[in-house]
Amino acid sequence: MTAKIATQPLFDTSDWTFELMNTVHDAIEEIALGDLGLDVYPNQIEIISAEQMLDAYSCAGLPLMYQHWSFGKHFVRDETHYRKGHMGLAYEIVINSNPCISYNMEENTMAMQTLVMAHAAFGHNHFFKNNYLFRDWTDADGVQDYLSFAKNFISDCEERYGVDEVEQVIDAAHALRDQGVFRYGRPPKPTRQEIEAIRLQREGYVRERKLLDIWTDARLGEGKEPATAEDLALNNRLAAMNLPQENILYFLEKHSPVLAPWQSEILRIVRYMAQYLYPQKQTKVMNEGCATFTHYYIINQLYEKGLITQGAYMEMFHSHTNVILQPEFDDPRFSGLNPYALGFAMMMDIKRICEHPTDEDREWFPNFAGDPDWRSVLKDAWANYRDESFILQFLSPHLIRQFKLFVIADDAKQPNLEVSHIHNRRGYREIRRVLARSYDLAYLEPDIQVRDADLKGDRELQLLHTISNGIDLVDDSRTEVLKHVRKLWGYDVSLKGVDRVSGAELYARTTKKPKVFEG
Amino acid sequence: MRHFIDRRQNPKGKSLGNRQRFLRRARHHIKDMVDKSVQEKSIKDGGSVPTGERITIPTKGIGEPRFVHSNQGGFRERIFPGNKEFVVGDSFPRPKSGAGEGGRKASDSGEGEDGFTFSLTREEYLHILFDGLELPDMIKKNTFETETKATRRAGLTTAGSPNNLNLVRTMRNSLGRRIALRRPSTDELATLAADIEALEEEGAPTARDKKRLEELRTAFAALERKRKIVGYIDPLDLRFDTHVPVMTRNSKAVVFCLMDVSGSMQEREKDLARRFFLLLNLFLERAYDQSDVVFIRHTHHAQEVDEETFFYARETGGTIVSTALLEMQKIIEDRYPTDEWNIYAAQASDGENFGKDSLKCEELLNDVILPICQYFAYVEIMPTGTRDAMNDTDTGGDLWDSYVNVNAIWPSFEMLRVSEPAHIYPMFRRLFSIKGAEK
Repeated sequence: MTAKIATQPLFDTSDWTFELMNTVHDAIEEIALGDLGLDVYPNQIEIISAEQMLDAYSCAGLPLMYQHWSFGKHFVRDETHYRKGHMGLAYEIVINSNPCISYNMEENTMAMQTLVMAHAAFGHNHFFKNNYLFRDWTDADGVQDYLSFAKNFISDCEERYGVDEVEQVIDAAHALRDQGVFRYGRPPKPTRQEIEAIRLQREGYVRERKLLDIWTDARLGEGKEPATAEDLALNNRLAAMNLPQENILYFLEKHSPVLAPWQSEILRIVRYMAQYLYPQKQTKVMNEGCATFTHYYIINQLYEKGLITQGAYMEMFHSHTNVILQPEFDDPRFSGLNPYALGFAMMMDIKRICEHPTDEDREWFPNFAGDPDWRSVLKDAWANYRDESFILQFLSPHLIRQFKLFVIADDAKQPNLEVSHIHNRRGYREIRRVLARSYDLAYLEPDIQVRDADLKGDRELQLLHTISNGIDLVDDSRTEVLKHVRKLWGYDVSLKGVDRVSGAELYARTTKKPKVFEG
Repeated sequence: MRHFIDRRQNPKGKSLGNRQRFLRRARHHIKDMVDKSVQEKSIKDGGSVPTGERITIPTKGIGEPRFVHSNQGGFRERIFPGNKEFVVGDSFPRPKSGAGEGGRKASDSGEGEDGFTFSLTREEYLHILFDGLELPDMIKKNTFETETKATRRAGLTTAGSPNNLNLVRTMRNSLGRRIALRRPSTDELATLAADIEALEEEGAPTARDKKRLEELRTAFAALERKRKIVGYIDPLDLRFDTHVPVMTRNSKAVVFCLMDVSGSMQEREKDLARRFFLLLNLFLERAYDQSDVVFIRHTHHAQEVDEETFFYARETGGTIVSTALLEMQKIIEDRYPTDEWNIYAAQASDGENFGKDSLKCEELLNDVILPICQYFAYVEIMPTGTRDAMNDTDTGGDLWDSYVNVNAIWPSFEMLRVSEPAHIYPMFRRLFSIKGAEK
């Protein structure tokens, strides 16, 4: 600690008030923007009670959500756990919107409110505003309006078509939520006419549908040239429907022969929500790392400036240490790598490499080791990577040794598990690869695409599951999901599992009833 | 650039709609569990269910299927922190499946396979418990319903008595009108007045000052005039709450619980009877604004007692059932005028009665009780393991035979036999199921 400048602490009580929070917010802002140079949306900080926090939990943390029984189920489950004391509630929830909304619990002490503001209102907020995934894929300005549109639309549908009808469509759409995102095709920003078309459609639901189709189809349909003449018919068909298509919900929304416009709109809503939340799934480590680093830096600065008391500092530090606790694999508390711990350690490590690089660091990270401006290095990382690429790029041997990471290979064909890599010179790159991959959603989530559907023929929807490393799907839920797909498609659905490398067919499922031939 | 918003006062229960949808979805399972809980549990004390009820339902049917990777088979590499002594090439047997690799793959319900536990509120519990049941709709019910007057809010009017003035709406109108007609605010007047005062106090007014003072005075007068013309509150602004009288159905019910407490009624028999009375009371509570319970116990004489005495005190003596019916008749005449009260009665007995008394009971029921009763249920408690007798409803003791005769005449009379706690609830459902009154 450097010598303290004698200043009056901002607060010395544990109770918070709005005036205090305002003052503290200013102090934090000064450090966050002035010192760290963060770039944030305006903050909207809302104080909520435990019950409201439970409400927010059940709806993926969003301030508004359409009604569905599954949210009720999550609510009663969380409520039961909470009342029994099995589960604590988060200190805050933060929403990627402009203004950036963060919910702070009323139970927090003033010290905790300070920590939470530094963490969410500046750390997460900066990440949301600057990370490329959020910039490209989510619409922070419009999300609140969209949520309110979705909620009203679905309740209108419930009135018009009945709760059961709507529930069935949402059930089916939810089953395909993970298959309702575009992973690779980057959505272009809609033009003014297109925004207008979307608005009109939201108001009239059906009108102007054609224009939208042209928009969405045109950007995805940059087609392949037909290879040979005999494939022309097939290729035309595939091209017309943008096949193969990884976004099954999108495909059903556009091409299902049986869905009414309102049903397609529900699919679009579910798909939009999935897409909106998708960047968060891809950046758990970075997002938490960024926020944790930010709050750590800020509370230390506040303390050094004498703006917080030693007691408050200790309290914040206590919960900071709890948050970044990483139990070892043989610890009963172990439940995988803690994204807060890993993220925070990596951010601190980047700072260390900039400030005090070793020879090893210079060898591994020639482009920023010893860079005097660690703030820019960090901000560049926060803006341009997701978990997988971030780890691949920035995980240092130093950190691998610090975490004592090791890899166990589990091959179902072998009777035993084997330690394949440990934290030594030979293992670094492999460990980094394995760790990065363990955050790559393309590997974590099954790769299932729409392959073909002959609308002029038997109309069977053909799905293709590309299997990596022989990892199959859970059969029960697969059968159930296929039933849901059948409901949305209206005709039979088949799913084939094919090995990624050999191309061999490993399984085939269909919703078709076995045919009975009668003499 | 920032806002702090206090949301704590926002309406609670944002997820109420979701909760209702969930209960609706899982209704089938929940119903099974509620039925089971009411059959198995000994319902204790206070004559009501507790404020909430924990139930566990199977996850089947409320699952949210997705395409998920199986956690078995294939080739996978897992990464762990905290290596101690492993070196590359170490191998060890695969841990038993289920122990999991740190349990990262929770099932999608987050609850494991077997059950999903949560709490129902008392209302939800009772709603589900009595779902599909209704009070037998008997003709004479109408004659017992009286109508009373009550008032209901009916929007706003422009005229009314001052005590009904709706301040919020009135002030809103007033504000709108004042803005629209540009009523000068007190601030404007105060500024002008201050200016005037400043000028007046000036020792040696110049001609310009005088002129200015004159202007200000004129302006001030104009403003004041305008304030008088455009009143703060105008009769136009006034809004009053109105109330209209409505006729409401008077719904009061009294339940008579009659029980034989002679020596032959042991703990077991009493417990069975108690369960039945309790269900009946809960059910009626839901249907009526106000429900009273009257406990009458009898041996060879009958007396009205409180709940505690009714269920727990012991009494010895012979058994004369008609005394209880007479007591009931007396109480109705004393306290429950039949044009105000819906009268329900449930009688529990082990079926023993003294000599010719059963005939007297039959007469009493036919002539006095049933004409004024909405519903009369007779529960005969059988010894355990008498399945045959339970199914044979035509033959029984004296009392049963007499009641069979009554049953043939009165649709509002029901009789049944139980021998185990588990029978009570199904029996109860049979009595009140929607077509229960049909014979």
